Amino acid sequence: MMAIASEQQTVDLREPGGWRRTKNRIATGGMFLAFLIAVIPLGFVLFTVISKGASAITWQFLTGGPIPPNVLPVTFGGMGPAVYGTLVITGFAALIAIPLGVLGGIYINEYGGNQVLARVINFFADVMTGVPSIIMGLFIFTIWVLHFGYSGMAGSFALACLMLPIVIRSTYEMLRLVPDSLREASYALGATKARVTVTVVLPAAVSGIVSGALLAIARAAGETAPLLFTILTVEAINTNLFSGPNTALATQIFANATQPYTGAQARAWGAALTLIAIAFILMIVARLVTARFARYSQ
Amino acid sequence: MEQQDQEQVTAKLQVPQTTVTPAETFAASEADKVFDAKNLSIYYGSFRAVTDVSLSIYQNEITAFIGPSGCGKTTVLRTLNRMNDLIPSARVEGDVHYRGASLYHKSVSPIAVRRRIGMVFQKPNPFPKSIYENVAYGPRIKGIRKKSQLDEIVESSLQKAALWDEVKDRLNKSGLGLSGGQAQRLCIARTLAVEPDVVLMDEPCSALDPIATGRIEDLMHEIKSQYTIVIVTHNMQQATRVSDRTAFFSVLRNEKPGASDTRTGVLVEYGTTQQIFEDPHDSRTQAYVTGRIG
Repeated sequence: MMAIASEQQTVDLREPGGWRRTKNRIATGGMFLAFLIAVIPLGFVLFTVISKGASAITWQFLTGGPIPPNVLPVTFGGMGPAVYGTLVITGFAALIAIPLGVLGGIYINEYGGNQVLARVINFFADVMTGVPSIIMGLFIFTIWVLHFGYSGMAGSFALACLMLPIVIRSTYEMLRLVPDSLREASYALGATKARVTVTVVLPAAVSGIVSGALLAIARAAGETAPLLFTILTVEAINTNLFSGPNTALATQIFANATQPYTGAQARAWGAALTLIAIAFILMIVARLVTARFARYSQ
Repeated sequence: MEQQDQEQVTAKLQVPQTTVTPAETFAASEADKVFDAKNLSIYYGSFRAVTDVSLSIYQNEITAFIGPSGCGKTTVLRTLNRMNDLIPSARVEGDVHYRGASLYHKSVSPIAVRRRIGMVFQKPNPFPKSIYENVAYGPRIKGIRKKSQLDEIVESSLQKAALWDEVKDRLNKSGLGLSGGQAQRLCIARTLAVEPDVVLMDEPCSALDPIATGRIEDLMHEIKSQYTIVIVTHNMQQATRVSDRTAFFSVLRNEKPGASDTRTGVLVEYGTTQQIFEDPHDSRTQAYVTGRIG
């Protein structure tokens, strides 16, 4: 028995020595390092904003007003007008840009086919994503503000111009991912194109479309440049979105952070933290909403 | 009007059926013709995928399309409910009559066609919705809103598809959570829920194991008395097991040097399944069904 066993040649299944293992280690290490480097600035931004801004945050700071003169310490007044302005201006911008953008994305992917118009929209949406946001501000300044004056709505228009290409592109990309087999299944049951789009394609892509839209909102809420020429940035609350100068967190950060007074600087940090918190809350809401939509997708 | 037509079709379906052997069915009458294709050629852009197909498909029979890959059987199947309209470059020459009406006449709505002629696809493709919503989708399109009526349709369709007992306790769970065979039966139930006249099946079992395949074949036999079924299959045993008639398609190669269309699908032979498999008239059919090619 022993003799037979020893005569049989054993197959060598060990890892062949040499480069492969080392290359694997180097690549894994490299990826981990890249991850660390990417996370460091993010961590520092969060850490700095929280450590410098947290002390400013009080109920009075978030809701009170008006925004006091720069020389006064942070305990006076509050950022209420700016919080209100950011929510309302961004909200109205979303109301303009999201329906238009989603419909545009649907047109390009579901209806446009290879038509010239669809390709033109697609191309310009691409180009517009790269246009600096200050250009959007100047554009609205020349076509709207010069004729009708500063207003929150003008700011919304500028932000909507900024959001539109993002929403179009993200909707288009999400609709492209919906498998044609689902569309065919619906057509085979005698559905019209509109019904296929509304009852099958959109629900299948909704979580991606919602995240794209929220990403656009978060980006717009943090934009300063398009608002500088459109809302003027004032200290008192302006509940009328449609007329008169308005204010927003982003422009208040800009106005306060450039001051030499400690009170103004503390206000800027507090406003920055508030802005981050708003974006964070939006993201959580988005997750909850999309989880509800996606409950049947396995 | 729609309702009336529907009743007419249903009335036709209730003509008492006598069981007939395949040899006898070949003499089926003109009145039982569901489809009548004449000189059908189908193009994708400038590529002629199928050339000059003429065949008739009869009521309450199962007709199988067999043939090697690329011979155009799926293409022909998809022209029968105008699914090829969804491919922008597809173009049809010749004509298909469905119960006396020309399917490709410009006044014909593909939507109306597909409500009568349903389709089951190669890969099970349930919607990412609940099992109930999957089956209720078609009836809702037809405008049925009443919950009690929908409940009834969902139950009877799932029962026809032999899936009811397996899913009746989880109708609100996702249709994507089913196994391959169950998902395909769900797709069949979804198709039956719109009460079609014809069910087209494009290799419905190619992604399934033999047990699930057997269940779907049993199901086809059970629903045959109420529907006309056309099935594309790569599996010749399946064709012999389920079908009354078989159409054998093949690829015709154009050997002429520099010819723009180098190959095209043609209908080689069409007859009762028994005749095609036991006494093929064409040598190509014989070579294929005996396993010498393909």
